[in-house]
Amino acid sequence: MSTTQTGTTQTGTATSLLRFATAGSVDDGKSTLVGRLLHDSKSVLADQLEAVEHASRNRGQEAPDLALLTDGLRAEREQGITIDVAYRYFATPRRRFILADTPGHVQYTRNMVTGASTAELAVVLVDARNGVVEQTRRHAAVAALLRVPHVVLAVNKMDLVDYAEPVFARIAEEFTAYAASLGVKDVVAVPISALAGDNVVEPSAHMDWYGGPTLLEHLETVPVGSDPSVEPARFPVQYVIRPQTDEHPDYRGYAGQLASGVLRVGDPVTVLPSGHTTTVAGIDALGRETDIAWAPQSVTVRLADDIDVSRGDLISAGPAPVPTKDIEATVSHLSERPLRAGDKVLLKHTTRTVRALVKEVSYRIDITAPIRDGKLGQGSGAEGLNVNDIGHVVLRTAEPLALDGYSDNRRTGSFLLIDPADGTTLTAGMAGEAFDTVRSTDAPASQEEDWV
Amino acid sequence: MTTATDSPLRTDDSPFALSHLDALEAESVHIFREVAGEFERPVILFSGGKDSIVMLHLALKAFWPAAVPFSLLHVDTGHNFPEVIAYRDRVVAEHNLRLHVAHVQDFIDDGRLRERPDGTRNPLQTVPLLDAIETGRFDAVFGGGRRDEEKARAKERVFSLRDEFGAWDPRRQRPELWSLYNGRHAVGEHVRVFPLSNWTELDVWQYIEREGIELPEIYYAHERDVFARNGMWLTAGEWGGPKENEPVQRRLIRYRTVGDMSCTGAVDSEATDIQAVIAEIAASRLTERGATRADDKLSEAAMEDRKREGYF
Repeated sequence: MSTTQTGTTQTGTATSLLRFATAGSVDDGKSTLVGRLLHDSKSVLADQLEAVEHASRNRGQEAPDLALLTDGLRAEREQGITIDVAYRYFATPRRRFILADTPGHVQYTRNMVTGASTAELAVVLVDARNGVVEQTRRHAAVAALLRVPHVVLAVNKMDLVDYAEPVFARIAEEFTAYAASLGVKDVVAVPISALAGDNVVEPSAHMDWYGGPTLLEHLETVPVGSDPSVEPARFPVQYVIRPQTDEHPDYRGYAGQLASGVLRVGDPVTVLPSGHTTTVAGIDALGRETDIAWAPQSVTVRLADDIDVSRGDLISAGPAPVPTKDIEATVSHLSERPLRAGDKVLLKHTTRTVRALVKEVSYRIDITAPIRDGKLGQGSGAEGLNVNDIGHVVLRTAEPLALDGYSDNRRTGSFLLIDPADGTTLTAGMAGEAFDTVRSTDAPASQEEDWV
Repeated sequence: MTTATDSPLRTDDSPFALSHLDALEAESVHIFREVAGEFERPVILFSGGKDSIVMLHLALKAFWPAAVPFSLLHVDTGHNFPEVIAYRDRVVAEHNLRLHVAHVQDFIDDGRLRERPDGTRNPLQTVPLLDAIETGRFDAVFGGGRRDEEKARAKERVFSLRDEFGAWDPRRQRPELWSLYNGRHAVGEHVRVFPLSNWTELDVWQYIEREGIELPEIYYAHERDVFARNGMWLTAGEWGGPKENEPVQRRLIRYRTVGDMSCTGAVDSEATDIQAVIAEIAASRLTERGATRADDKLSEAAMEDRKREGYF
């Protein structure tokens, strides 16, 4: 692929959208890789580059520091580190990309969780000289925990190991085995040099032994999302639309975004948590009537029967979740304020916010430990969860919620815990067990039923 | 190195594939509806610029066939392009919207603000904006900001909590996961909401083309009397330009952004229709703000500093 094909100078063509996240340890060259992707796909414009060159000179650096493209805050530039998720945008003729650029520091695990929550692909960067290290395992585990469908291992700095195939093969094998043990289903490993540009956008002239795609080629062709036709439909009601005008005196529509699946006019549906059943009478796709809608479209659904439906309800087709007040979940704690058993919190699930009690912090998960006996290390949860901790909790809610297991549905299986006093977002929650490995070997069958 | 997956994946040629514009539109509509569901008194910041016009278009679609359940707020610097004010008033009338206008001039007249020596009023908008938010008791304020505009904006959340002083603290932002937006706020605080966060300039233009959205004429090439300052073409006006050593000349130009006349530069252009504009932007080697916004060039952290003070 030549660089001229990858500019942003394409117009009018329908392209798809891929959201992905990058993760890497401090000196693995992540900023250089991001800079290289943006630069070689011609997404860095002249004035941005000029600003970076100017700022680099002011700091006494000889070469432009591409990290300055992505470090947007004063504190970040002062400290020379990335402290927060930043979003980057670039495009090729085939696809538009939203890159969640997440910091690699140990203390910012919550930022990778944030970036990975919306990502369909995660790029985990390792230094070819160091191979799989603790941080690499952490990144793989976070990608697995957040159920990011695709993981790319970018083995960077191949130029510093003489572009040697055995070095790459050993790292790729170790990483793939670890990721597979966590339940990651799709891993692609690419040997690269972000600094020299090998296999990032351009195929490398130094690694004939590598027959796979460049990183960008893979990003351009990886399937996006899942096939909605094989998923049960989930439609969280956001807002009731009732114009009450002369033109639309009786219109009553339920506005929302399909979290999964397909809805057709005539489909039988169940409204949760009430359990009322009816059929889809009509679908309005943002001002235009249609007979079919699918995830992730935002539409308005009209129902055949005049039943009580409001914001927070879930219109569901296919196998429906059983509403429950008892939730077991894997959580990533985001706030400096610890999460402890006995805490009273708010729980936001799809469009519904309810009061909840933390009944139990069962255990903390050591996501950097090697897998033993099919399980990740578990620590005691007695002292609660601190910022960046990942653990397992038991919650009791004031009202029943129609949750799916997070492993089945990232949108209807996820929730936030919020401090009722000041609105702080405390914790990100994923209903059910953390990893497929743990689930299949550890979870009793009875526990599973809540999530089906 | 690829292992088999057990769930089918959607490819770009699947019947259920969504174009990037459809995906962005669905996300933005979701954001509008979340705000309508969670807040008491939301308002849309409307400048008559293309981003706020796209915002309004999305809001109209999100609540169709009902009316948009938000009013509009325009912070008027007094240095407006007349075409833009005419456009604003036309749109408000056409959709039967309610418009609040906060005038920078009023604040200068009664001494709450002082005119800057360079004559630009863009940074002065913050005080009237915060005053209007307080007076109107608005709890959610939609802005058309995009993360691709500027590196401080790249760190901005979709739901951005502002304290009772309207201030943004980038170190204390709430993490934002999945599409679960946390709109909790105390009395006196408000939330800025950016439904176009994930759109780029090109997306906005492609969407305007696809939807056939009308824009103020100044976005398309036209002849205009301009003068050069700080490497930009500015329009002469009552705000204080040109100075004696700034000769006026007639040029074929258009605007890439719309703001205060004193700091919004025009670019040389022959693009008289939308296809030509899109081709021009796609080929441009300058960002929108780099080409046309003087206030962002003041320092490396100009935008971050203004946002901390309550700018949108």
